[in-house]
Amino acid sequence: MAPPGAPQPAVGSRASRMLGGRGVLVSTASTLVFLAVVALIVITAPGTDRVVRSFFSWEDLRAALPQVAAGFVVNLQLMFAAEGVILVFALLLAVVRGLPGPVFFPLRVVAIGYIDLFRGIPLLLVLYMVGFGIPGLGLQVVSTQSIFVYGVVALVLVYSAYVAEVYRAGIESIHPSQTAAARSLALSRWKTMRFVVLPQAVRRVIPPLLNDFIGLQKDTALVSTIGVVEAAREAQAYAAANFNYAGYVVAAFLWVLLTIPLARFTDWLIERDRRRWQAAGPR
Amino acid sequence: MSGDGAVLRLDGVHKSFGPVEVLKGIDLDVSAHEVVCLIGASGSGKSTMLRCINLLEPVDAGRIVVHGEDITARGVDVNRIRRHIGIVFQAYNLFPHMTVLDNITLAPREVLGMGRAEARHRADELLARFGLLDKRDEYPDRLSGGQQQRTAIVRALAMRPDIMLLDEVTSALDPELVAEVLNVIRDLAAEGMTMVIASHEMGFVRDTAHRVCFLDQGVILEEGPPDRMFTEPGNPRTKQFLQRIIEAGRM
Repeated sequence: MAPPGAPQPAVGSRASRMLGGRGVLVSTASTLVFLAVVALIVITAPGTDRVVRSFFSWEDLRAALPQVAAGFVVNLQLMFAAEGVILVFALLLAVVRGLPGPVFFPLRVVAIGYIDLFRGIPLLLVLYMVGFGIPGLGLQVVSTQSIFVYGVVALVLVYSAYVAEVYRAGIESIHPSQTAAARSLALSRWKTMRFVVLPQAVRRVIPPLLNDFIGLQKDTALVSTIGVVEAAREAQAYAAANFNYAGYVVAAFLWVLLTIPLARFTDWLIERDRRRWQAAGPR
Repeated sequence: MSGDGAVLRLDGVHKSFGPVEVLKGIDLDVSAHEVVCLIGASGSGKSTMLRCINLLEPVDAGRIVVHGEDITARGVDVNRIRRHIGIVFQAYNLFPHMTVLDNITLAPREVLGMGRAEARHRADELLARFGLLDKRDEYPDRLSGGQQQRTAIVRALAMRPDIMLLDEVTSALDPELVAEVLNVIRDLAAEGMTMVIASHEMGFVRDTAHRVCFLDQGVILEEGPPDRMFTEPGNPRTKQFLQRIIEAGRM
């Protein structure tokens, strides 16, 4: 650590550049004090022993794991099935929403209406309506699907509306000069969209897209409300049978475990494109 | 130069953006192999005129005729017309997510239905000719401005257009990169490419243009061969414009 008043090193961590040598010292000390106080409060709380036993007992964590992990496989299936459909359906919505000219007015209205509607209704209510309403219609094929399928349908309906708006923001962020260049080369509107606008737009919206998908992953737990047995449901079952909440902790851990690699993968993807397209250094 | 019959004709072309009338009746005939340069202050309508010829902007009144066909008529297939008219922009407008090669071969493959191998072969020929062959697999952002603009020219040429429109193609370049781009255009002129060029590079205009048009507030105020336009302009506004250019040291 540089003594106060000494010239700062030219290269340093971001924190030390922001705070200076003395600042780092102070911030470290205050963080430690803060953590110590929080730990003290938690440890000395009257119910700490009970909470540790019912949430974090090692035996229960291990005992709940197989059951909750088996349920989590269902969450993964819900997630992948829904995300696959959403990526395509939402893109379609975004493109339809952006169609120019009076001919496409009705299509635009349908797309905008859809997005407004499904961004507005809570997922829980859509789950009830789809999960209990569609079977109630008594139609062939449509009404005889499994609750898993209805769960996926509800997730797709709601999240496509969000993701469509993310795509739209990406499409609108591509400078009109790109479209002009493509059109001037005699590419049709559709081919301009497909080869020039969408590839750039999609790359640009990968971070917000991932954000929505993390939300989706967590919301797969809500599908348990229409009867799909997944991780949160299994954790609940473990709690009911053993009077112990370790299953919830296991489930939470599994979700985090899924999210973090996905976030790092996205970072890597963005960095790769950035490095590929842009100059390595000054020319 | 004239006598071949006009390849391109503008007939009383008007264009407004909202309340602002940018083109107030442009008449122009361009013959085959002719190089017409448009000069004039920023905002005089040069860019808009070129964008109208490429049908990137619809005209409000008047017509534009290419090879005898009214391309501003209703129901004309704009993509068919654009195949024959190349345009190069001030800001290059290359596609940043594609390599130089893909930038060049996209339209030949997707519009002309050319095979990958043939499109690549044609691109290689053009790249070699303009000294860019070693940049074939680079992404545009890794090239210098001059290289990017030459790539944009090659991209337009890959469609084998009859007419090239160049919209201030050196205005965004560092001074030391201007020459390499202008040399490419001189080459094209020498080859007999029909071109309409908006430019502020008066030296280049003077030695390359067959005819110079001075645009002022949306009309062609004066036109003539470069020798006369630069030495004895007839219109006082032309004179004033050229005087300012000389004062700015750009001639």
